[in-house]
Amino acid sequence: MQWETVIGLEIHTQLATQSKIFSAAPTAFGAEPNTQACAIDLGLPGVLPMLNAEAVRLAVRFGQAINADIAPRSVFARKNYFYPDLPKGYQISQYELPIVGTGRVEIVLDDGTIKTIGVTRAHLEEDAGKSLHEDFHGFTGIDLNRAGTPLLEIVSEPDLRSPAEAVAYAKKIHQIVRYIGISDGNMQEGSFRMDANVSVRPVGQKTFGTRAEIKNVNSFRFLEKAIAFEVERQIELIESGGTVIQETRLYDAVKDETRSMRTKEEANDYRYFPDPDLLPLEIDDAFLSAATADLPELPDAKRTRFQSEYGLSEYDANLLTASRELADYYEAVARACNEPKLAANWVSGELMAALNKSEGEISASPVSAHALAGLIARIQDGTVSGKLAKQVFEGMWSSGDTADAVIEAQGLKQITDSSAIEAMIDAIIAANPAQVEQYRAGKDKVFGFFVGQVMKQSGSKANPAQVNELLQRKLSA
Amino acid sequence: MSLDCTDIDKIAHLARLAIAPDDRTRYATDLSRILDLVAQMAAVDTTGVTPMAHPLHMAQRLRPDLASEPNQRERFQSIAPLTEGGLYLVPKVID
Repeated sequence: MQWETVIGLEIHTQLATQSKIFSAAPTAFGAEPNTQACAIDLGLPGVLPMLNAEAVRLAVRFGQAINADIAPRSVFARKNYFYPDLPKGYQISQYELPIVGTGRVEIVLDDGTIKTIGVTRAHLEEDAGKSLHEDFHGFTGIDLNRAGTPLLEIVSEPDLRSPAEAVAYAKKIHQIVRYIGISDGNMQEGSFRMDANVSVRPVGQKTFGTRAEIKNVNSFRFLEKAIAFEVERQIELIESGGTVIQETRLYDAVKDETRSMRTKEEANDYRYFPDPDLLPLEIDDAFLSAATADLPELPDAKRTRFQSEYGLSEYDANLLTASRELADYYEAVARACNEPKLAANWVSGELMAALNKSEGEISASPVSAHALAGLIARIQDGTVSGKLAKQVFEGMWSSGDTADAVIEAQGLKQITDSSAIEAMIDAIIAANPAQVEQYRAGKDKVFGFFVGQVMKQSGSKANPAQVNELLQRKLSA
Repeated sequence: MSLDCTDIDKIAHLARLAIAPDDRTRYATDLSRILDLVAQMAAVDTTGVTPMAHPLHMAQRLRPDLASEPNQRERFQSIAPLTEGGLYLVPKVID
């Protein structure tokens, strides 16, 4: 039987605020346990939540970025469950009336076609604390620093049909939240966590199969592997006569498998109701325009513009708009040297390779956009050959100097003085009479030998075009 | 709607309430009557009425994003039954 995979993603992205969503406790990552958990986060009696304006503003920006309706009135609800990392006994979330309504994003598939993926909704909620299950002689350790951290939960339609599509969509959301500055998207620190609802159905069937939910995946690679495993598991199960049960599963990266998550908490009845401690959230036009007035150019628009304005291929444009920092860097280089294609080659080639190797961020690149433009200008005006330019780049990378300083210090200036090149050629012709004879007898391939000799003699600094021209003249004389 | 003792046990478990077995019948009767009242209200035609999320006709006020809460871990943990290395210790939640 032919099976179709159906995937929907729920992405929790941590909003980049200074303080928590309902309290004035700080949100900085990595603090000593429980030093950033105040009375509100601990759910002590008599406290009231106070909604953070910045969390609302960031949620509104996201809604605008995915062309969604922003609800003029949304409501906070209590999602009830008992777990020690949630001291109140409920999580404040949004249920029936979320702040961000239906929106959409575009993803590029492997074959280059563009697919639109629906976003059902995005709602504000508070994060829970962290449970540490090891090393406490039979007890669980609880750190509530993360409790109350603002999250935007972004829920997709079940529009995704393969692990690759799910990853493309997740990457797109990741790219958007970072572009518009609502989250740092740091996956190691848990600022961007993904849950995947996965089901399979026979091709052509209209209704969905029973889904399993894979919780808390924090890398794109694991997301792809976890879904691929889960799809295989469900198909094998059904084909061998079993049925998929609706359950929560966890992905084990070491064993590369998903398995049923068993906890002592089995009450999946959240009994949502509007939180009486919070009034409805109203967003007027003034708040909306203030929140979205400075939205930057979004990745899709930037990619299209890079193609038309700089004549880049779709591949290059896609690569260079992956992050806003990279796109800004590229654009600064392209504008400063006025050679957009050469700039694209250098940024996506030497620069990216060097950054990958050093595992550094582009913002901390030892070669600034201005300096790279300076190097490209020296290639253009013939001061340095394309080949030696790579050596110049390496020098710039390790010293932080300008191209001119490195060319000067390492003596990499291209030799364009015809008489100097001619002298070299004369000497080489004189020293290799046998090869000269071969060439003159019609063996054209020997020409390469002479070019190689001249380049070797000049330390690769002789201008290649001049070498070719002069050699041809001298050899046929 | 009528609840039986099994429903009472389930609700008590969800709310983490210990209910004496002898009280279950009384809870079942009382809660069933409350649900009947809700059913009576649910029967009213509310077409065109905006659901009320809060009895006050006011909107939520927003707080500026300032991290002004100091660390008071010592005070908060002084009433906790068990702590270690700054963590609250609770009975194991995962097998």
